[in-house]
Amino acid sequence: MLVNRKLILAHFWLAFAVFGIALTLGAWQMFIRSPIGTWLSNPELYYRSLTAHGTVMGYVFPTLVAMGFGYAISESALEQRLVGVRWAWAGFWLIVAGSIMAVIPIALGRASVLYTFYPPLIGNVFYYLGVVLVVVGSWIWVALMSINLRVWRKAHPGAPVPLAMFANVAGSYLWAWTAVGAALELLLQIIPVAAGLKTTIDAGLARVFFSWTLHAIVYFWLMPTYIAYYTIVPRAIGGRVYSDTMARISFILFLVVAMPIGMHHTFADPQVGAGFKFIHSAFTALVTLPTLLTVFTICASVEIAARLRGGRGLFGWIRALPWDNPMMLALAFSFVMLGFGGAGGLINMSYQLDASIHNTQWITGHFHLIFGGAIVIMYFAIAYDLWPHLTGRELIDLRLIRTQLWLWFVGMMITTFPWHWVGILGMPRRMAYFDFGDPGIAPQALSVTLSAIGGFILLASGILFLVILARGMRAPQTDAGPYRFALAVHQPATVPVALNTHALWVGLMIALTLTNYGYPILTLALNEGTSVPAVYVGAQ
Amino acid sequence: MTARDLFTFRNRHFTAAVGITAAILIVTAIGGFIVLPFAQPWVQFANVWDAICSAAGLPQRAATVAAPEQTRRLSEVVLTSSTLARPNQEAIGRGATLAQRCAICHGPTGISRADSPNLAGQYAAVIYKELHDFRSGARTNAVMSPFAVNLTDQEIADLSMYYAYLPRLPAYHPTPQLPKPNIVIYGAPMRGIAPCGSCHGSLDNKIGSPWLEGQSEAYMKAQLQAFASGERRNDISQQMRNIARAMTPQEIDQAAAYYASQPPDVVKAVD
Ligand code: HEM
Ligand SMILES: [Cu+2]
Repeated sequence: MLVNRKLILAHFWLAFAVFGIALTLGAWQMFIRSPIGTWLSNPELYYRSLTAHGTVMGYVFPTLVAMGFGYAISESALEQRLVGVRWAWAGFWLIVAGSIMAVIPIALGRASVLYTFYPPLIGNVFYYLGVVLVVVGSWIWVALMSINLRVWRKAHPGAPVPLAMFANVAGSYLWAWTAVGAALELLLQIIPVAAGLKTTIDAGLARVFFSWTLHAIVYFWLMPTYIAYYTIVPRAIGGRVYSDTMARISFILFLVVAMPIGMHHTFADPQVGAGFKFIHSAFTALVTLPTLLTVFTICASVEIAARLRGGRGLFGWIRALPWDNPMMLALAFSFVMLGFGGAGGLINMSYQLDASIHNTQWITGHFHLIFGGAIVIMYFAIAYDLWPHLTGRELIDLRLIRTQLWLWFVGMMITTFPWHWVGILGMPRRMAYFDFGDPGIAPQALSVTLSAIGGFILLASGILFLVILARGMRAPQTDAGPYRFALAVHQPATVPVALNTHALWVGLMIALTLTNYGYPILTLALNEGTSVPAVYVGAQ
Repeated sequence: MTARDLFTFRNRHFTAAVGITAAILIVTAIGGFIVLPFAQPWVQFANVWDAICSAAGLPQRAATVAAPEQTRRLSEVVLTSSTLARPNQEAIGRGATLAQRCAICHGPTGISRADSPNLAGQYAAVIYKELHDFRSGARTNAVMSPFAVNLTDQEIADLSMYYAYLPRLPAYHPTPQLPKPNIVIYGAPMRGIAPCGSCHGSLDNKIGSPWLEGQSEAYMKAQLQAFASGERRNDISQQMRNIARAMTPQEIDQAAAYYASQPPDVVKAVD
């Protein structure tokens, strides 16, 4: 029962429009710092572009997808009109306003601080205020998801919350708490300096706050993808979810173990004690748990679909899968990229191994593979799946859709594998150009060129994606029927209260944040003399 | 089913979740704060508490190792973006009077006819820093040092504001404009050299770095060589020494010749 289609479409369109722009910038970055481009004589242009690319891809695009998808889930899984539609629009417009406010100083070269803010670098205050508006807009969504679930519970006392909504609300709570770290950094530290009230900043503390956000934000990006794995894919390929309980456990585990572990982003920072780094590292290792649970459950669910279609044998069933179904294809690509990306992630989270790839191109290669690859390809799939229900028109050209997914997958492989490789060879990230004429890095020229070619393939795929969606707005009308989510093999009649509510897990998430972050933040905040003078960018 | 049924140890999910989480936390804390510190044979701890404090990152005074003796004075100037940010007419006026002594070498309009640096329109923070360094001995020069020793803080600030206020005139080194050499536009990434302009004003200005357009070629070359040899060492954190050391003699020549031939109009103002 999708009633507020305009609202959802607005979120998706804005998300994909800014994605298209940021993607173009990404391809340009790839090209300009590769041996096939000429060196930029003003590296500041590169950082401008990089700030825009990172800010859009990291903050604006995934947040809008999560929000649009969240509204769709709320209406269709709960079969209840969205409560608070006006607020939802207010949140949307806040994001529009925030994005515009942030992008202007970036374009003028007054906020080339990169999306990680990099204090003591300080840019124009409107950049940060814009980011804050985006976050505030998304918090409205968090509140609405919670309220809608509460309204539903009142009407259905004791009934199991539909899995899609349970996961969606878990994701929204994760985001609410995750964003607090960067919000504290922005409001208490950066914005006072950018507004001219202070001229020094405690960069070490700021980095600790940012790590609070930076790790868990990736699980917020991941949420729509995981929701699609569990609740869309099995339905779309004619199977069932292997276990509803397993799914719930994965989502609540993300709340507990994905959140308070961000200090693996400060392994190289002297201001954090080694003991805390170890605790965070150990908890990071636990994140593999929900991921492995998911891989297992989804493979089992897919196998069910294959066997229902007459698949036989230990592995023979794989051939019986509906490979021409875009959802099947997207899932397979996503899993391959998740596998490689996850393996790379194990290296990042190990205190010792991380030292060899810290701040190298490996890092950018890694998160493009897992975020740009495994996660975003499922965003495409979600859009394809929802589009007919949102527009009332059919997406006819499945071949074009498959081509688009193939291009994204192949492009991402060609881009990110050499990208990892040059990282291992020691090439630093966030550099506007490299002297490939120097014998020291001449052998890396080929890899970087390959990456750049991959980048253009990705750009082509992204454009194709937008074209498919745009054409879908004008296709012949159909009645796509109500939007449904996958059913479990054993649809639960009752669910234990711990797995039907979020309170326990949100409580554990906050408690662990206090134990894992409390002491480091307090000592840094109370220590005198840890601030350094701000460095203003583009303040000419 | 209410919160009361959930948040109680009678609910086995609650007990299990809290128990397992707490157990993992305790085990990892013991690992991180006790086992691992002692597993480092090269660090000695007085007792367990000492190890815990160290692993927690409690700031401690470093052991009794004495700081290495400084044989030469280093710059003690602290520059922030608000240093001399607000020039005022009175200070500029006083600076103009004081500057009469400087004119023999630096020119009556702040443009030198010898190989002394031009000062007209230079960033105020730069003049401020160099004068302080000459006064403290962090930078020495047979001609400049005697002038600087007797300046008061106020006089240094006045002079800085005066020279910053003077218009940027074309230099007295009428060479044809040279094309940009690579070392200037790109630096040398493999040697850790950023493009000159990223600090020296044509792309961006990092506080304390002078703009260089139109300075004397001989002067700039001498300074780069002095930085490279370590004879001049008043650059904070060795910023210029690290760069000059990594430059080749040809690059030093090219950069000096290029900047000497440039008009001052590409330089960015500070806000
Ligand atoms: C949905 C897909 C993508 C996402 C979510 C994404 C996200 C990001 C983020 C968050 C950054 C970090 C910015 C920073 O270091 O400050 C980044 C950097 C970068 N991205 Fe993307 N990106 C995506 C696609 C692409 C594509 C397709 C390309 C190439 C065609 C690309 C090229 C780059 C480059 C070259 C950098 C800079 C790396 C560096 O210099 O350190 N990105 N991206
Ligand atoms: Cu992380």
